[in-house]
Amino acid sequence: MPFSRRLAPYLLVLPGGLWLAVFFVVPVAMMASLSLQTGNLIDGFRQTFHWQNYTDGLGTYGDTFVRSLWYGLLATILCIALAYPAAYWIAFRAGRRKSSYLLLLLIPYFVSFVLRTVAWKLVLTDNGPVLGPLRDHGIVPSDFHVLDTTTAVVAGLTYTYLPFMVLPVYVALERLDPRLIEAAHDLHADRTAAFARVVLPLSLPGVFAGVVMTFVPASADYVNAEILGGPRNTMIGNVIQAQYFDDGAYPVASALSFTLMAILLAGIFLYARALGTRGILDTPTP
Amino acid sequence: MKFPARRRFSPLRLYTLLLIAWLLLPIAVMIVFGFNDVHGKQNFRWEGFTLRWYTHLFAKPDLTTAALNSLTIAALSTAMATALGTPLGLALARHRFRGRGTATAVLFLVIACPDLVMGASLLSMFVTFDVPRGYPTILAAHTMVATAFVATTVRARAVSLDPSLEEAAEDLGATAWPRFRLITLPLITPGILAGALLAFVLSIDDFVIANFTSGTTLTFPLWIWASTRTGTPPQVNVLGTLIFAIATALAALAGIRGSRTQRKPASRAPRSADAVGR
Repeated sequence: MPFSRRLAPYLLVLPGGLWLAVFFVVPVAMMASLSLQTGNLIDGFRQTFHWQNYTDGLGTYGDTFVRSLWYGLLATILCIALAYPAAYWIAFRAGRRKSSYLLLLLIPYFVSFVLRTVAWKLVLTDNGPVLGPLRDHGIVPSDFHVLDTTTAVVAGLTYTYLPFMVLPVYVALERLDPRLIEAAHDLHADRTAAFARVVLPLSLPGVFAGVVMTFVPASADYVNAEILGGPRNTMIGNVIQAQYFDDGAYPVASALSFTLMAILLAGIFLYARALGTRGILDTPTP
Repeated sequence: MKFPARRRFSPLRLYTLLLIAWLLLPIAVMIVFGFNDVHGKQNFRWEGFTLRWYTHLFAKPDLTTAALNSLTIAALSTAMATALGTPLGLALARHRFRGRGTATAVLFLVIACPDLVMGASLLSMFVTFDVPRGYPTILAAHTMVATAFVATTVRARAVSLDPSLEEAAEDLGATAWPRFRLITLPLITPGILAGALLAFVLSIDDFVIANFTSGTTLTFPLWIWASTRTGTPPQVNVLGTLIFAIATALAALAGIRGSRTQRKPASRAPRSADAVGR
Protein backbone atom coordinates (compact mmCIF):
# COMPACT_ATOMS: atom_id res chain seq x y z
CA MET A 1 0.00 0.00 0.00
CA PRO A 2 2.63 2.64 0.89
CA PHE A 3 4.44 1.95 -2.38
CA SER A 4 1.37 2.49 -4.56
CA ARG A 5 0.56 5.56 -2.46
CA ARG A 6 3.90 7.05 -3.33
CA LEU A 7 3.47 6.09 -6.97
CA ALA A 8 -0.07 7.50 -7.28
CA PRO A 9 0.80 11.16 -8.00
CA TYR A 10 3.20 10.16 -10.78
CA LEU A 11 0.55 7.98 -12.43
CA LEU A 12 -1.92 10.88 -12.25
CA VAL A 13 0.54 13.36 -13.71
CA LEU A 14 2.07 11.13 -16.37
CA PRO A 15 -0.48 11.26 -19.26
CA GLY A 16 -1.18 15.01 -19.13
CA GLY A 17 2.41 15.85 -18.26
CA LEU A 18 3.68 13.83 -21.20
CA TRP A 19 1.26 15.59 -23.59
CA LEU A 20 2.36 19.01 -22.35
CA ALA A 21 6.02 17.99 -22.64
CA VAL A 22 5.66 16.70 -26.21
CA PHE A 23 3.50 19.56 -27.52
CA PHE A 24 4.78 22.50 -25.47
CA VAL A 25 8.22 21.97 -23.90
CA VAL A 26 9.78 20.11 -26.84
CA PRO A 27 8.39 22.55 -29.46
CA VAL A 28 9.79 25.55 -27.56
CA ALA A 29 13.17 23.77 -27.38
CA MET A 30 12.98 22.97 -31.10
CA MET A 31 12.17 26.60 -31.85
CA ALA A 32 15.17 27.70 -29.78
CA SER A 33 17.33 25.28 -31.74
CA LEU A 34 15.89 26.29 -35.11
CA SER A 35 16.53 29.95 -34.29
CA LEU A 36 20.30 29.28 -34.42
CA GLN A 37 20.32 27.28 -37.65
CA THR A 38 21.13 28.31 -41.21
CA GLY A 39 19.84 27.00 -44.50
CA ASN A 40 16.80 27.27 -46.72
CA LEU A 41 13.60 25.40 -47.49
CA ILE A 42 15.06 23.41 -50.39
CA ASP A 43 18.38 22.24 -48.92
CA GLY A 44 17.11 22.00 -45.35
CA PHE A 45 18.41 23.65 -42.19
CA ARG A 46 21.61 22.83 -40.27
CA GLN A 47 22.63 23.74 -36.73
CA THR A 48 25.43 26.28 -36.99
CA PHE A 49 24.82 28.38 -33.84
CA HIS A 50 24.20 31.34 -36.10
CA TRP A 51 23.52 34.02 -33.47
CA GLN A 52 23.24 36.59 -36.25
CA ASN A 53 19.64 35.41 -36.73
CA TYR A 54 18.88 37.31 -33.55
CA THR A 55 20.88 40.43 -34.32
CA ASP A 56 19.65 40.48 -37.94
CA GLY A 57 16.05 39.98 -36.86
CA LEU A 58 16.20 42.67 -34.20
CA GLY A 59 18.12 45.01 -36.49
CA THR A 60 15.56 44.75 -39.27
CA TYR A 61 12.41 44.53 -37.17
CA GLY A 62 13.39 46.43 -34.01
CA ASP A 63 10.96 49.24 -34.72
CA THR A 64 8.19 46.71 -35.41
CA PHE A 65 8.88 45.18 -32.00
CA VAL A 66 8.66 48.59 -30.35
CA ARG A 67 5.44 49.36 -32.24
CA SER A 68 3.85 46.05 -31.13
CA LEU A 69 4.70 46.64 -27.48
CA TRP A 70 3.47 50.25 -27.78
CA TYR A 71 0.14 49.17 -29.33
CA GLY A 72 -0.17 46.46 -26.68
CA LEU A 73 0.49 49.00 -23.92
CA LEU A 74 -2.01 51.52 -25.33
CA ALA A 75 -4.69 48.83 -25.67
CA THR A 76 -4.01 47.62 -22.11
CA ILE A 77 -4.32 51.12 -20.64
CA LEU A 78 -7.55 51.69 -22.59
CA CYS A 79 -8.83 48.31 -21.37
CA ILE A 80 -8.18 49.25 -17.71
CA ALA A 81 -9.89 52.62 -18.15
CA LEU A 82 -12.92 51.13 -19.92
CA ALA A 83 -13.23 47.93 -17.87
CA TYR A 84 -12.79 49.17 -14.30
CA PRO A 85 -16.00 51.28 -14.01
CA ALA A 86 -18.11 48.53 -15.57
CA ALA A 87 -16.56 45.80 -13.39
CA TYR A 88 -17.11 48.04 -10.34
CA TRP A 89 -20.75 48.65 -11.19
CA ILE A 90 -21.46 44.96 -11.87
CA ALA A 91 -19.70 43.82 -8.69
CA PHE A 92 -21.33 46.34 -6.30
CA ARG A 93 -24.51 47.63 -7.89
CA ALA A 94 -25.92 45.06 -10.31
CA GLY A 95 -27.57 43.03 -7.53
CA ARG A 96 -29.41 39.93 -8.68
CA ARG A 97 -28.62 40.59 -12.34
CA LYS A 98 -24.84 40.20 -11.90
CA SER A 99 -24.60 36.96 -13.85
CA SER A 100 -26.73 38.33 -16.71
CA TYR A 101 -24.38 41.28 -17.16
CA LEU A 102 -21.35 38.98 -17.03
CA LEU A 103 -22.93 36.77 -19.67
CA LEU A 104 -23.51 39.83 -21.88
CA LEU A 105 -19.82 40.70 -21.55
CA LEU A 106 -18.81 37.17 -22.52
CA ILE A 107 -21.27 36.74 -25.38
CA PRO A 108 -18.85 38.19 -27.98
CA TYR A 109 -16.67 35.10 -27.47
CA PHE A 110 -19.41 32.96 -28.96
CA VAL A 111 -18.51 34.49 -32.32
CA SER A 112 -15.08 33.80 -33.74
CA PHE A 113 -12.88 36.87 -33.17
CA VAL A 114 -11.77 36.80 -36.81
CA LEU A 115 -15.41 37.22 -37.81
CA ARG A 116 -15.91 40.05 -35.29
CA THR A 117 -12.88 41.85 -36.68
CA VAL A 118 -14.23 41.42 -40.21
CA ALA A 119 -17.53 42.94 -38.98
CA TRP A 120 -15.62 45.96 -37.60
CA LYS A 121 -13.96 46.39 -40.96
CA LEU A 122 -17.41 46.41 -42.56
CA VAL A 123 -18.62 49.06 -40.09
CA LEU A 124 -15.57 51.30 -40.48
CA THR A 125 -14.88 50.93 -44.18
CA ASP A 126 -14.63 54.16 -46.21
CA ASN A 127 -18.07 53.98 -47.85
CA GLY A 128 -19.61 51.88 -45.10
CA PRO A 129 -22.68 52.53 -42.93
CA VAL A 130 -20.85 55.04 -40.67
CA LEU A 131 -18.35 56.88 -42.84
CA GLY A 132 -20.47 56.82 -46.01
CA PRO A 133 -23.25 59.15 -44.75
CA LEU A 134 -20.76 61.31 -42.80
CA ARG A 135 -18.76 61.86 -45.98
CA ASP A 136 -21.82 62.43 -48.16
CA HIS A 137 -23.02 65.20 -45.84
CA GLY A 138 -19.58 66.75 -45.64
CA ILE A 139 -19.33 66.23 -41.87
CA VAL A 140 -15.92 64.67 -42.33
CA PRO A 141 -13.58 65.44 -45.26
CA SER A 142 -13.70 62.96 -48.12
CA ASP A 143 -10.13 61.84 -47.46
CA PHE A 144 -10.95 60.90 -43.86
CA HIS A 145 -10.16 57.24 -43.08
CA VAL A 146 -10.54 55.10 -40.03
CA LEU A 147 -9.18 51.87 -41.47
CA ASP A 148 -5.43 51.58 -42.06
CA THR A 149 -4.67 53.85 -39.09
CA THR A 150 -3.06 53.32 -35.69
CA THR A 151 -6.38 54.29 -34.09
CA ALA A 152 -8.19 51.46 -35.87
CA VAL A 153 -5.63 48.84 -34.81
CA VAL A 154 -5.43 49.98 -31.16
CA ALA A 155 -9.25 50.23 -30.98
CA GLY A 156 -9.52 46.75 -32.47
CA LEU A 157 -7.04 45.34 -29.93
CA THR A 158 -8.92 47.08 -27.10
CA TYR A 159 -12.18 45.65 -28.36
CA THR A 160 -10.78 42.12 -28.72
CA TYR A 161 -9.21 41.87 -25.24
CA LEU A 162 -11.57 44.04 -23.14
CA PRO A 163 -13.47 41.12 -21.53
CA PHE A 164 -10.10 39.67 -20.40
CA MET A 165 -9.73 42.82 -18.28
CA VAL A 166 -13.32 43.08 -17.03
CA LEU A 167 -13.44 39.52 -15.67
CA PRO A 168 -10.40 39.46 -13.34
CA VAL A 169 -11.17 42.99 -12.05
CA TYR A 170 -14.76 41.90 -11.41
CA VAL A 171 -13.59 38.76 -9.57
CA ALA A 172 -11.28 40.82 -7.33
CA LEU A 173 -14.01 43.39 -6.53
CA GLU A 174 -16.66 40.74 -5.98
CA ARG A 175 -14.48 39.00 -3.38
CA LEU A 176 -14.07 42.25 -1.49
CA ASP A 177 -15.93 42.18 1.83
CA PRO A 178 -18.40 45.13 1.83
CA ARG A 179 -17.90 45.41 5.60
CA LEU A 180 -14.42 46.79 4.89
CA ILE A 181 -16.02 49.75 3.10
CA GLU A 182 -18.45 50.22 5.99
CA ALA A 183 -15.50 50.14 8.37
CA ALA A 184 -13.78 52.84 6.31
CA HIS A 185 -16.90 55.02 6.53
CA ASP A 186 -17.09 54.41 10.30
CA LEU A 187 -13.54 55.69 10.47
CA HIS A 188 -14.69 58.93 8.78
CA ALA A 189 -13.45 58.19 5.28
CA ASP A 190 -15.53 59.90 2.61
CA ARG A 191 -16.42 58.01 -0.58
CA THR A 192 -13.28 59.08 -2.43
CA ALA A 193 -11.01 58.10 0.43
CA ALA A 194 -12.80 54.76 0.93
CA PHE A 195 -12.34 54.01 -2.76
CA ALA A 196 -8.72 55.18 -2.98
CA ARG A 197 -7.53 53.52 0.24
CA VAL A 198 -9.69 50.40 0.50
CA VAL A 199 -11.38 49.36 -2.75
CA LEU A 200 -8.64 50.26 -5.22
CA PRO A 201 -5.72 48.60 -3.40
CA LEU A 202 -7.74 45.42 -2.83
CA SER A 203 -8.70 45.25 -6.51
CA LEU A 204 -5.12 45.64 -7.77
CA PRO A 205 -4.44 41.87 -7.99
CA GLY A 206 -7.38 41.68 -10.41
CA VAL A 207 -6.02 44.58 -12.46
CA PHE A 208 -2.63 42.86 -12.43
CA ALA A 209 -4.12 39.63 -13.77
CA GLY A 210 -6.05 41.62 -16.36
CA VAL A 211 -2.90 43.42 -17.53
CA VAL A 212 -1.13 40.09 -18.11
CA MET A 213 -4.17 38.67 -19.88
CA THR A 214 -4.53 41.65 -22.22
CA PHE A 215 -0.99 42.95 -22.76
CA VAL A 216 0.54 39.58 -23.72
CA PRO A 217 -1.98 38.54 -26.40
CA ALA A 218 -2.48 42.14 -27.64
CA SER A 219 1.26 42.63 -28.26
CA ALA A 220 1.47 39.34 -30.13
CA ASP A 221 -1.75 39.85 -32.12
CA TYR A 222 -1.64 40.02 -35.92
CA VAL A 223 -5.29 39.65 -36.89
CA ASN A 224 -6.30 43.24 -36.01
CA ALA A 225 -3.27 44.75 -37.75
CA GLU A 226 -3.92 42.62 -40.85
CA ILE A 227 -7.65 43.31 -41.16
CA LEU A 228 -7.99 46.84 -39.72
CA GLY A 229 -4.50 48.24 -40.19
CA GLY A 230 -2.40 49.29 -43.14
CA PRO A 231 1.23 48.79 -44.15
CA ARG A 232 2.38 51.33 -41.55
CA ASN A 233 0.70 49.42 -38.70
CA THR A 234 2.53 46.10 -39.14
CA MET A 235 3.04 44.32 -35.82
CA ILE A 236 5.66 41.72 -34.97
CA GLY A 237 3.05 38.97 -35.27
CA ASN A 238 2.49 39.89 -38.93
CA VAL A 239 6.24 39.74 -39.53
CA ILE A 240 6.63 36.34 -37.86
CA GLN A 241 3.64 34.92 -39.71
CA ALA A 242 4.93 36.19 -43.06
CA GLN A 243 8.46 34.92 -42.36
CA TYR A 244 7.13 31.42 -41.67
CA PHE A 245 4.59 31.18 -44.48
CA ASP A 246 5.59 33.53 -47.28
CA ASP A 247 9.38 33.59 -47.01
CA GLY A 248 10.11 30.20 -45.44
CA ALA A 249 12.74 31.99 -43.33
CA TYR A 250 12.22 29.61 -40.40
CA PRO A 251 15.41 30.43 -38.45
CA VAL A 252 14.83 34.21 -38.42
CA ALA A 253 11.10 33.69 -37.70
CA SER A 254 12.02 31.39 -34.78
CA ALA A 255 14.52 33.92 -33.46
CA LEU A 256 11.85 36.65 -33.57
CA SER A 257 9.23 34.43 -31.84
CA PHE A 258 11.72 33.42 -29.17
CA THR A 259 12.66 37.06 -28.57
CA LEU A 260 8.98 38.00 -28.31
CA MET A 261 8.37 35.22 -25.76
CA ALA A 262 11.44 36.25 -23.75
CA ILE A 263 10.45 39.94 -23.69
CA LEU A 264 6.85 39.22 -22.64
CA LEU A 265 7.77 36.66 -19.97
CA ALA A 266 10.52 38.87 -18.58
CA GLY A 267 8.00 41.69 -18.54
CA ILE A 268 5.47 39.62 -16.56
CA PHE A 269 8.19 38.52 -14.13
CA LEU A 270 9.53 42.02 -13.44
CA TYR A 271 6.01 43.37 -13.21
CA ALA A 272 5.07 40.69 -10.66
CA ARG A 273 8.20 41.51 -8.65
CA ALA A 274 7.48 45.23 -8.72
CA LEU A 275 3.86 44.82 -7.69
CA GLY A 276 4.70 42.26 -5.03
CA THR A 277 1.45 40.37 -5.58
CA ARG A 278 1.24 36.97 -3.97
CA GLY A 279 2.38 34.41 -6.58
CA ILE A 280 1.42 35.13 -10.17
CA LEU A 281 0.02 31.58 -10.31
CA ASP A 282 -2.98 32.69 -8.23
CA THR A 283 -4.23 34.92 -11.05
CA PRO A 284 -7.89 34.17 -11.73
CA THR A 285 -8.68 32.82 -15.18
CA PRO A 286 -11.99 33.54 -16.96
CA MET B 1 -29.25 69.46 -5.35
CA LYS B 2 -31.05 66.19 -4.73
CA PHE B 3 -33.80 64.88 -6.93
CA PRO B 4 -35.26 61.92 -5.07
CA ALA B 5 -37.38 60.86 -8.04
CA ARG B 6 -34.30 60.55 -10.23
CA ARG B 7 -32.04 58.89 -7.72
CA ARG B 8 -32.31 55.55 -9.49
CA PHE B 9 -30.57 56.94 -12.54
CA SER B 10 -26.95 55.89 -12.36
CA PRO B 11 -24.29 57.12 -14.79
CA LEU B 12 -22.26 53.98 -14.15
CA ARG B 13 -25.18 51.78 -15.12
CA LEU B 14 -25.62 53.73 -18.36
CA TYR B 15 -21.89 53.45 -18.98
CA THR B 16 -21.90 49.67 -18.45
CA LEU B 17 -24.82 49.29 -20.86
CA LEU B 18 -23.04 51.40 -23.49
CA LEU B 19 -19.90 49.30 -23.10
CA ILE B 20 -21.93 46.12 -23.59
CA ALA B 21 -23.60 47.69 -26.64
CA TRP B 22 -20.14 48.43 -28.08
CA LEU B 23 -19.09 44.81 -27.48
CA LEU B 24 -22.23 43.51 -29.18
CA LEU B 25 -22.25 45.91 -32.16
CA PRO B 26 -20.15 43.79 -34.56
CA ILE B 27 -22.30 40.77 -33.71
CA ALA B 28 -25.43 42.71 -34.64
CA VAL B 29 -23.72 43.70 -37.90
CA MET B 30 -22.81 40.05 -38.55
CA ILE B 31 -26.41 38.92 -38.01
CA VAL B 32 -27.94 41.71 -40.15
CA PHE B 33 -25.56 41.16 -43.08
CA GLY B 34 -26.46 37.47 -43.09
CA PHE B 35 -29.82 38.63 -44.48
CA ASN B 36 -28.26 40.93 -47.08
CA ASP B 37 -29.31 40.35 -50.68
CA VAL B 38 -25.84 40.87 -52.18
CA HIS B 39 -24.96 39.97 -55.74
CA GLY B 40 -21.27 40.79 -55.98
CA LYS B 41 -18.43 39.33 -53.92
CA GLN B 42 -18.28 42.13 -51.35
CA ASN B 43 -20.83 41.95 -48.54
CA PHE B 44 -20.27 45.58 -47.46
CA ARG B 45 -23.39 47.48 -48.56
CA TRP B 46 -27.01 46.78 -47.67
CA GLU B 47 -28.86 45.68 -50.80
CA GLY B 48 -32.17 44.38 -49.42
CA PHE B 49 -33.54 41.57 -47.30
CA THR B 50 -33.29 37.91 -48.28
CA LEU B 51 -33.37 34.46 -46.67
CA ARG B 52 -31.36 33.11 -49.59
CA TRP B 53 -28.21 32.51 -47.51
CA TYR B 54 -30.12 30.51 -44.94
CA THR B 55 -31.63 28.22 -47.58
CA HIS B 56 -28.26 27.94 -49.35
CA LEU B 57 -26.30 27.54 -46.14
CA PHE B 58 -24.41 24.47 -47.33
CA ALA B 59 -23.85 25.72 -50.89
CA LYS B 60 -20.13 26.04 -50.27
CA PRO B 61 -18.94 22.51 -49.45
CA ASP B 62 -15.47 23.58 -48.30
CA LEU B 63 -17.00 26.08 -45.86
CA THR B 64 -19.25 23.34 -44.46
CA THR B 65 -16.22 21.06 -44.09
CA ALA B 66 -14.31 23.83 -42.30
CA ALA B 67 -17.19 24.43 -39.87
CA LEU B 68 -17.47 20.68 -39.19
CA ASN B 69 -13.69 20.49 -38.62
CA SER B 70 -13.99 23.29 -36.05
CA LEU B 71 -16.82 21.52 -34.22
CA THR B 72 -15.21 18.06 -34.16
CA ILE B 73 -11.77 19.39 -33.20
CA ALA B 74 -13.36 21.37 -30.35
CA ALA B 75 -15.35 18.35 -29.13
CA LEU B 76 -12.46 15.87 -29.39
CA SER B 77 -9.83 18.17 -27.87
CA THR B 78 -12.20 19.01 -25.00
CA ALA B 79 -12.79 15.31 -24.28
CA MET B 80 -9.07 14.46 -24.46
CA ALA B 81 -8.04 17.49 -22.37
CA THR B 82 -10.62 16.62 -19.71
CA ALA B 83 -9.20 13.09 -19.47
CA LEU B 84 -5.59 14.33 -19.35
CA GLY B 85 -6.04 17.51 -17.31
CA THR B 86 -8.31 16.29 -14.50
CA PRO B 87 -5.80 13.82 -12.95
CA LEU B 88 -3.03 16.36 -13.45
CA GLY B 89 -4.93 19.10 -11.61
CA LEU B 90 -5.92 16.66 -8.86
CA ALA B 91 -2.32 15.51 -8.33
CA LEU B 92 -1.08 19.11 -8.15
CA ALA B 93 -3.72 19.98 -5.57
CA ARG B 94 -3.41 16.87 -3.42
CA HIS B 95 0.07 15.42 -3.60
CA ARG B 96 3.61 16.49 -2.96
CA PHE B 97 5.92 14.88 -5.49
CA ARG B 98 9.10 15.45 -7.38
CA GLY B 99 8.59 17.72 -10.38
CA ARG B 100 5.52 19.43 -8.90
CA GLY B 101 7.12 22.86 -9.21
CA THR B 102 8.11 22.19 -12.82
CA ALA B 103 4.61 21.01 -13.71
CA THR B 104 3.07 24.12 -12.11
CA ALA B 105 5.47 26.37 -14.01
CA VAL B 106 4.70 24.64 -17.33
CA LEU B 107 0.95 25.10 -16.77
CA PHE B 108 1.48 28.79 -16.10
CA LEU B 109 3.71 29.16 -19.17
CA VAL B 110 1.14 27.52 -21.44
CA ILE B 111 -1.56 29.91 -20.19
CA ALA B 112 0.67 33.02 -20.25
CA CYS B 113 2.43 32.26 -23.56
CA PRO B 114 0.97 34.09 -26.57
CA ASP B 115 -0.75 31.79 -29.06
CA LEU B 116 1.60 33.09 -31.72
CA VAL B 117 4.64 31.69 -29.89
CA MET B 118 2.96 28.34 -29.25
CA GLY B 119 1.93 28.10 -32.89
CA ALA B 120 5.40 29.08 -34.11
CA SER B 121 7.14 26.60 -31.80
CA LEU B 122 4.82 23.75 -32.82
CA LEU B 123 5.47 24.55 -36.47
CA SER B 124 9.22 24.59 -35.75
CA MET B 125 8.97 21.11 -34.25
CA PHE B 126 6.80 19.72 -37.04
CA VAL B 127 9.18 21.16 -39.64
CA THR B 128 12.24 19.74 -37.85
CA PHE B 129 10.75 16.23 -37.60
CA ASP B 130 9.07 16.47 -40.99
CA VAL B 131 5.58 15.87 -39.57
CA PRO B 132 2.85 16.65 -42.14
CA ARG B 133 0.48 19.33 -40.82
CA GLY B 134 -3.27 18.80 -40.84
CA TYR B 135 -6.26 17.78 -38.74
CA PRO B 136 -4.26 15.63 -36.23
CA THR B 137 -1.70 18.37 -35.54
CA ILE B 138 -4.44 20.98 -34.88
CA LEU B 139 -6.14 18.48 -32.56
CA ALA B 140 -2.90 17.75 -30.69
CA ALA B 141 -2.16 21.47 -30.27
CA HIS B 142 -5.66 22.35 -29.05
CA THR B 143 -5.58 19.40 -26.63
CA MET B 144 -2.28 20.70 -25.21
CA VAL B 145 -3.65 24.20 -24.52
CA ALA B 146 -6.94 22.86 -23.17
CA THR B 147 -5.17 20.38 -20.84
CA ALA B 148 -3.43 23.29 -19.12
CA PHE B 149 -6.75 25.11 -18.62
CA VAL B 150 -8.61 22.01 -17.34
CA ALA B 151 -5.75 21.15 -14.95
CA THR B 152 -5.75 24.73 -13.62
CA THR B 153 -9.51 24.89 -12.96
CA VAL B 154 -9.55 21.38 -11.43
CA ARG B 155 -6.60 22.23 -9.18
CA ALA B 156 -8.29 25.47 -8.04
CA ARG B 157 -11.41 23.50 -7.14
CA ALA B 158 -9.61 20.56 -5.48
CA VAL B 159 -7.44 22.83 -3.31
CA SER B 160 -10.53 24.34 -1.69
CA LEU B 161 -12.01 20.94 -0.75
CA ASP B 162 -12.05 19.70 2.83
CA PRO B 163 -9.70 16.66 3.01
CA SER B 164 -11.62 15.30 5.99
CA LEU B 165 -14.42 14.22 3.64
CA GLU B 166 -12.13 11.72 1.97
CA GLU B 167 -10.61 10.68 5.30
CA ALA B 168 -14.11 9.98 6.58
CA ALA B 169 -14.78 7.77 3.55
CA GLU B 170 -11.53 5.93 4.21
CA ASP B 171 -12.43 5.45 7.87
CA LEU B 172 -15.71 3.95 6.74
CA GLY B 173 -13.80 1.38 4.71
CA ALA B 174 -14.00 2.84 1.18
CA THR B 175 -11.09 1.77 -1.00
CA ALA B 176 -9.36 4.08 -3.44
CA TRP B 177 -11.69 3.79 -6.46
CA PRO B 178 -15.09 4.08 -4.67
CA ARG B 179 -13.63 6.90 -2.61
CA PHE B 180 -12.76 8.75 -5.81
CA ARG B 181 -16.02 7.90 -7.62
CA LEU B 182 -18.38 8.73 -4.75
CA ILE B 183 -16.60 11.54 -2.89
CA THR B 184 -13.83 13.28 -4.85
CA LEU B 185 -15.28 13.21 -8.36
CA PRO B 186 -18.68 14.78 -7.51
CA LEU B 187 -16.89 17.48 -5.50
CA ILE B 188 -14.48 18.48 -8.27
CA THR B 189 -17.11 18.25 -11.07
CA PRO B 190 -17.70 22.05 -11.17
CA GLY B 191 -13.96 22.53 -11.78
CA ILE B 192 -13.97 19.91 -14.54
CA LEU B 193 -17.04 21.46 -16.21
CA ALA B 194 -15.59 24.99 -16.06
CA GLY B 195 -12.33 23.73 -17.60
CA ALA B 196 -14.15 21.75 -20.30
CA LEU B 197 -16.30 24.77 -21.23
CA LEU B 198 -13.21 26.95 -21.45
CA ALA B 199 -11.43 24.31 -23.54
CA PHE B 200 -14.33 24.10 -25.99
CA VAL B 201 -14.64 27.89 -26.40
CA LEU B 202 -10.89 28.37 -26.82
CA SER B 203 -10.68 25.64 -29.44
CA ILE B 204 -13.67 26.74 -31.52
CA ASP B 205 -12.49 30.38 -31.46
CA ASP B 206 -8.82 29.64 -32.08
CA PHE B 207 -7.31 31.09 -35.20
CA VAL B 208 -3.62 31.64 -34.43
CA ILE B 209 -2.52 28.16 -33.34
CA ALA B 210 -4.55 26.54 -36.12
CA ASN B 211 -2.97 28.99 -38.59
CA PHE B 212 0.46 27.55 -37.75
CA THR B 213 -0.45 23.86 -37.40
CA SER B 214 -3.13 23.33 -40.06
CA GLY B 215 -1.23 22.70 -43.31
CA THR B 216 -3.98 22.75 -45.94
CA THR B 217 -6.79 21.72 -43.56
CA LEU B 218 -9.22 24.57 -42.82
CA THR B 219 -11.24 25.35 -39.72
CA PHE B 220 -14.05 27.93 -39.63
CA PRO B 221 -11.82 30.88 -38.49
CA LEU B 222 -9.13 29.89 -41.03
CA TRP B 223 -11.72 29.82 -43.81
CA ILE B 224 -12.94 33.32 -42.85
CA TRP B 225 -9.33 34.58 -42.76
CA ALA B 226 -8.69 33.20 -46.24
CA SER B 227 -11.91 34.78 -47.52
CA THR B 228 -11.07 38.32 -46.32
CA ARG B 229 -8.82 38.81 -49.36
CA THR B 230 -11.58 38.08 -51.89
CA GLY B 231 -14.73 38.98 -49.94
CA THR B 232 -16.47 37.11 -47.14
CA PRO B 233 -19.66 35.41 -48.43
CA PRO B 234 -22.92 35.84 -46.41
CA GLN B 235 -22.95 32.12 -45.55
CA VAL B 236 -20.15 32.91 -43.09
CA ASN B 237 -22.45 35.41 -41.33
CA VAL B 238 -25.24 32.83 -41.25
CA LEU B 239 -23.00 30.10 -39.77
CA GLY B 240 -21.63 32.63 -37.26
CA THR B 241 -25.21 33.63 -36.36
CA LEU B 242 -26.30 30.02 -35.85
CA ILE B 243 -23.26 29.12 -33.70
CA PHE B 244 -23.86 32.32 -31.70
CA ALA B 245 -27.56 31.53 -31.20
CA ILE B 246 -26.91 27.96 -30.04
CA ALA B 247 -24.07 28.95 -27.69
CA THR B 248 -26.10 31.82 -26.19
CA ALA B 249 -29.11 29.56 -25.62
CA LEU B 250 -26.92 26.93 -23.91
CA ALA B 251 -25.20 29.55 -21.74
CA ALA B 252 -28.54 31.10 -20.76
CA LEU B 253 -29.87 27.66 -19.79
CA ALA B 254 -26.75 26.93 -17.74
CA GLY B 255 -27.08 30.39 -16.14
CA ILE B 256 -30.69 29.75 -15.13
CA ARG B 257 -29.78 26.37 -13.67
CA GLY B 258 -26.76 27.88 -11.94
CA SER B 259 -28.76 30.66 -10.30
CA ARG B 260 -31.26 28.07 -9.05
CA THR B 261 -28.64 25.85 -7.44
CA GLN B 262 -26.95 28.92 -5.97
CA ARG B 263 -29.97 29.54 -3.78
CA LYS B 264 -29.53 26.19 -2.07
CA PRO B 265 -27.77 26.71 1.27
CA ALA B 266 -25.27 23.87 0.65
CA SER B 267 -23.44 25.60 -2.17
CA ARG B 268 -23.38 28.88 -0.29
CA ALA B 269 -21.55 27.31 2.64
CA PRO B 270 -18.00 27.71 1.23
CA ARG B 271 -18.56 31.44 0.72
CA SER B 272 -19.69 32.11 4.27
CA ALA B 273 -16.78 30.01 5.54
CA ASP B 274 -14.56 32.19 3.40
CA ALA B 275 -15.98 35.33 4.97
CA VAL B 276 -15.43 34.00 8.49
CA GLY B 277 -11.86 33.12 7.66
CA ARG B 278 -11.08 36.67 6.68
